Amino acid sequence: MSKVTMKLDDLTCPSCMTKIEGALSKKDGVENVKVLFNASKIKAEFNTDKVSAESLEAAVTDLGYTVKSAKVKDL
Amino acid sequence: MTIQRYIYSHTNPITFWSAGLIILGFLNTWFTKVPYITDTAWIIASVIAAAPIVLRAIGALKARVFSIELLVGIAVIGAFAIGEFEESAIVTFLFLFGSYLEQKTLAKTRGAIQSLTEMAPTTALLVNDDDTTEEVDVDDLEEGNLVLVKAGGQIPVDGTITDGTGYVNEASITGESRPINKQHGDHVYSGAMVESGTLKITATQVGDETTFSKIIELVEEAQDTKSPAEKFIDKFAQYYTPAVLVIAILVFIFSRDLRLAITVLVLGCPGALVIGAPVSNVAGIGNGAKHGILIKGGDVVESLAKVDTIVFDKTGTLTTGKMTVASTKQYTTDHSLLTGVAQIEQTSDHPLAQAIVAHLTAQSPDTPVTMSTETIKGRGMIGQWHDAPLYVGNAALLKDHQISLTEDQLSDLHAMQDTGQSTVLVGYAGQLAMILGVADTVRPEVPGALAAMKRQGIKHLVMLTGDNQATAQAVAESLGIDEVHADLLPADKVTFVKKFQDMGRNVAFVGDGINDSPSLATANVGIAMGGGTDVAIETADVVLMQSSFTALSHAVGLTKKTSANTKENIAIAILTVAFLLIGLVYGYIYMASGMFVHEASILVVIFNAMRLIGYKPRTAAATPAQPQQLATN
Repeated sequence: MSKVTMKLDDLTCPSCMTKIEGALSKKDGVENVKVLFNASKIKAEFNTDKVSAESLEAAVTDLGYTVKSAKVKDL
Repeated sequence: MTIQRYIYSHTNPITFWSAGLIILGFLNTWFTKVPYITDTAWIIASVIAAAPIVLRAIGALKARVFSIELLVGIAVIGAFAIGEFEESAIVTFLFLFGSYLEQKTLAKTRGAIQSLTEMAPTTALLVNDDDTTEEVDVDDLEEGNLVLVKAGGQIPVDGTITDGTGYVNEASITGESRPINKQHGDHVYSGAMVESGTLKITATQVGDETTFSKIIELVEEAQDTKSPAEKFIDKFAQYYTPAVLVIAILVFIFSRDLRLAITVLVLGCPGALVIGAPVSNVAGIGNGAKHGILIKGGDVVESLAKVDTIVFDKTGTLTTGKMTVASTKQYTTDHSLLTGVAQIEQTSDHPLAQAIVAHLTAQSPDTPVTMSTETIKGRGMIGQWHDAPLYVGNAALLKDHQISLTEDQLSDLHAMQDTGQSTVLVGYAGQLAMILGVADTVRPEVPGALAAMKRQGIKHLVMLTGDNQATAQAVAESLGIDEVHADLLPADKVTFVKKFQDMGRNVAFVGDGINDSPSLATANVGIAMGGGTDVAIETADVVLMQSSFTALSHAVGLTKKTSANTKENIAIAILTVAFLLIGLVYGYIYMASGMFVHEASILVVIFNAMRLIGYKPRTAAATPAQPQQLATN
């Protein structure tokens, strides 16, 4: 398992959280998605065999959010 | 997808163009009156401004979320359908412009954490084995690495100084900006600034493991930990938005009035309601973080605001822990005796002896002659002074050597003991020469801070301590503490906390995070003072990075203000909706004006929350009272 922390452009609507959380959680191999509204960060654990950090980033971008930086850490 | 991204990233220019087109439309209507120009301008404005809104609505819908954008999107399409281009253009513009202002003002309320994050060190000067240095990213450092920090530089790791001395400012950790002298063997925090000197530091914690990183993470998570009120509102909003949609459809079915139905959609936006409570907490928690006060979330803000009983653990939280001579009684005119006493006490490392040495050498800095002394366990010490024995110790020591106290001397002794002082008696030449009263010093900021907390609505200040009753009582009385329970074991303290809770009080427990985790956990709010230790950061609900009572009173006042601010914001949001509904019923409010009121109310709640950023407690102009002397054992 790895953990990715993505820093987004400032989030302004609380409903974005549900949106992002829902979209990422639906992906296979992703667990514990946490969207920090005020810090504008996403933290998610994922299985490197099933899904890549890049594809998670792409999923967030497709929802309409800019990913400023992403940091992946092995757990 | 690329079109989508393009639109999202150009939302601000879109807002700008939309404003321009709307103005063009109005100018044409009023002055030039060229046919078609007005409608064309408004149609283009509606379409370009609706694009990001509709795209976001669809994105949310895919994740099965009914968003505000959905309500606005449907309303705009509806307005378009019935040819209300003016309304649709203005509504979309106001929505986008409102979001833009929201983003700008929200950034202000989040500013505290932002500035903390920006203070985080990014690079370090790594010292290699061959003594050369190279600049590396902090993420590449490992435990045990040696780093060099020069004056003006920032310490990149938590670690121990292995070489050099200097003045270090730990404001980013403790919120208290003052240079602290650090030398070999001292611990330093990542994020601190070296103001002068050059330090070589061996890393004990790096990257995400440093105290500074943990603080940032804790504050980030805290700002998103919701208070019960927020949770309720979130739940409410979850059903509220679809409910508005259903109501709008029902309105259309029964009234056959599309215009009315879409107006309901716009008015029903939950705007200020969902943003009001979180924004207060973010601003409040951010204010705390800036002052070295870590509040772990909106729920803690709520519970601390409700606290009416503060329990202090150990006398040590109220005192400096530094023993000083508080009073002396002299029964001899032979002042040279003092030198003798100083010489005897110098051979002892007992805290009382050290306090006396510090006191006496400050008065008469004679060059000390080493004296041979004898220690009597549980009694004191005996030395030789001008060929006669000099006794320094307790009453029992003097009694053993046939020195008895007169009535007056006894009453002096008891008077000193009653105020909690530890007494040291000096006997010479068959009689009592002097009594020295030694006591712990109350922290200078304590009286003012305790008074401030009383004003803030804390009804009961309680001290639970392992010290003896006389000592504890003396400290408590001088400070206006309401209740003292002495001679307690840690387990007894938990029992007291529970007892207060059973009495229906909301209890905050203030401890140092050492040996008192059960009480910290049991209390409604656990406050760790003088944090920095991992245990304290993890167990407590509130961590005061600096061990100061000013910070405690700041925390109490801040949570009360924040909690009140949240309620104000909820009230503003509800009143706005009520106002809009009444306006709708009486026919004063339409789509555009409704949207305007909504966006305005969102800005009002954000501005209201921003007042918390600058909050500072009113401390009674801290009267630098004559150093109050009190005792602990």
